[in-house]
Amino acid sequence: MAATAGNLAALCSRALRAGEGSVIGGRVLLAIDPHALSRLGAGRDIAVVSGTNGKTTTTRLLATAAAAGGRQILTNSTGANLASGLAATLSGDPRSAEAVLEVDEGLVPAAVEALRPRLAVLLNLSRDQLDRAGEVRMHAARWRSALGRSPATEVVANVDDPLVSWAAEGAGNTVTWVGTGQRWRLDATTCPSCSGRIEWRRALEAPSTDLARHDGDVWACQGCGRKRPVPGWVLLDGALRGPDAAVLPLDLRLPGWANRANAAMAVAAASRLGVAPRAALAAIASVADVAGRYAEVPVNGAVARLLLAKNPAGWAEVLDVIGPPPRPVVIGINARIADGRDPSWLWDVPFERLAGRDVTATGERVLDLAVRLRYAGVDHTVVPGARGAIARAAGMARTAQGTEGEFDVAANYTAFCDLRKALR
Amino acid sequence: MTRRDSAVTVALLYPELLGTYGDGGNATVLARRLRWRDIPADVVEVPSGTPPPRQADIYLLGGGEDGPMALAVGELAASGTLGGAIADGAVVLAVCAGFQLMGEEFAAADGSAQAGLGLAPWRSARGHGRRHVGEVVVEPDPALGLPLLTGYENHQGVTVLGPGGRPLGRVVVGLGNHDDADPVDGAIHGRVLGTYLHGPVLARNPALADRLLSWVVGPLGPLPPLDDRDVEALRSARLAEARRAGRAARVMRRLARC
Repeated sequence: MAATAGNLAALCSRALRAGEGSVIGGRVLLAIDPHALSRLGAGRDIAVVSGTNGKTTTTRLLATAAAAGGRQILTNSTGANLASGLAATLSGDPRSAEAVLEVDEGLVPAAVEALRPRLAVLLNLSRDQLDRAGEVRMHAARWRSALGRSPATEVVANVDDPLVSWAAEGAGNTVTWVGTGQRWRLDATTCPSCSGRIEWRRALEAPSTDLARHDGDVWACQGCGRKRPVPGWVLLDGALRGPDAAVLPLDLRLPGWANRANAAMAVAAASRLGVAPRAALAAIASVADVAGRYAEVPVNGAVARLLLAKNPAGWAEVLDVIGPPPRPVVIGINARIADGRDPSWLWDVPFERLAGRDVTATGERVLDLAVRLRYAGVDHTVVPGARGAIARAAGMARTAQGTEGEFDVAANYTAFCDLRKALR
Repeated sequence: MTRRDSAVTVALLYPELLGTYGDGGNATVLARRLRWRDIPADVVEVPSGTPPPRQADIYLLGGGEDGPMALAVGELAASGTLGGAIADGAVVLAVCAGFQLMGEEFAAADGSAQAGLGLAPWRSARGHGRRHVGEVVVEPDPALGLPLLTGYENHQGVTVLGPGGRPLGRVVVGLGNHDDADPVDGAIHGRVLGTYLHGPVLARNPALADRLLSWVVGPLGPLPPLDDRDVEALRSARLAEARRAGRAARVMRRLARC
């Protein structure tokens, strides 16, 4: 009955074009039955995916890999990762016994408690929306205690994030460690356990007995001696090495290191769900865009590629993906509640790397962005509205590269939604 | 204006420990504003584990979470260089956690009192009220000769000034040092300036950046003006938004009293 009411509300929402539908349906469902999540999760094999960056993409990759063998997988593909979104997703098809769910960092304890997932895939933790989310290591502590209370939940964790590793290793859970070679280290400079300083060094300079193989950098706490566990999976030089010593080249349609890391996590997780790594990777490699991210959209005789980055760690990766000149770029910044109301983080983003490009600055916080770009030494043109910004960049792309000229559109969450709408 | 022989040195202390909110932006702003005026500037990033340089002109301390803050205090106290540099006339901009740790004491992760560096006369503790989060407008101490300060605060700690420390200014919108009928923000003690306006506070307040720079390059004469039209536009927008938020907050408080 509750599920039917929820589905009806979702139908109304879609009919009224008020939203994607799933969230309101889930809200109605949870209002009628507060225990809907545990009820819907019961008897299902569930994998939850969480972290600051890469949640939506990794969820999509893991769901794609798990479905490749013909299995029916429920998944919240639109990024509705709060309780209402999870409830709506799980009430979708009663016959599906498996689900891959993206879960907001703050909801992980409640989701683990209610769903008792078979697998928890923990990606990374870094500064994001600190005005409402609080301190980064608070999430790590809450993840750690939640997993301790669900000992049957297996964990797949990024060993190169010291906060995630601490959260994963706390209890007796079985952990599969993945060495992603994560590059953002600024939020884990001190040990979450003892507050000692964490130091990194090249693995090859480390005592060779520490490691089964050459696998990137290692970290260790100078206070309590906690150190990077030896990973079973390692992403290095664009290839993924698995526990059986096989080397799988990651030839993905999605661009950049961050997506190779997402794919590495997804392949390791899929293998825990019984999907052979090569089959998982074949399915993952074909994914071309994820909820609009990385989509290439024709506009005004040019082609826009959409990139989403919500915080400094995400922007550092997106700036790597943005093409070189003469490819123009649009940068869009908002600061609504979903983005975090405080754009101080713009000063943690190495926008200096955009120098020499044609940059159009846009979004509701374009004035903050413009000041940041001036101090970064990046010439730019301010166009506050999304449509105007797209039109300007498309024109510059055609001028520089002819018709079908390409440009990048990189934005934080609600600015991304505005720019995506402007491209329709 | 005459030339300075050596570059102005800006030391960014432990950015990986005290840099939660884009605090490194303050070093960028100071260095750029010097170089745009043809005054050479060096930014020295001092990583944790390294003693701070003794001869910098300006030291920057930013915001950090409890654990990293405790580590930073331990290292700064052990090196002792900051106190000597201040005695020699160095300028210090201490923001948020940095502001707290310059004082006599602050709250450790478990809430207990932990000794600060004791280089400035103020004490901080964990506030019992709501967390201070939101836009802030401060009317600075008239002696500074500055326009309104605009910024953003996000802290649970509260700070009380002792004798010898005067507030940076009166809070027009926001909460500042502590929830008070007549709230103030930050502190000035000699050339040590502390504030809860977090992260890149100098980006929104170029006049404050230039005031700090003038303390260093003052003998060279007044700093020539820069084209700050983009910052002026940003300041107008943030001040207008903060006033709207401030009015709404006052209405909510009045309703809560009814």
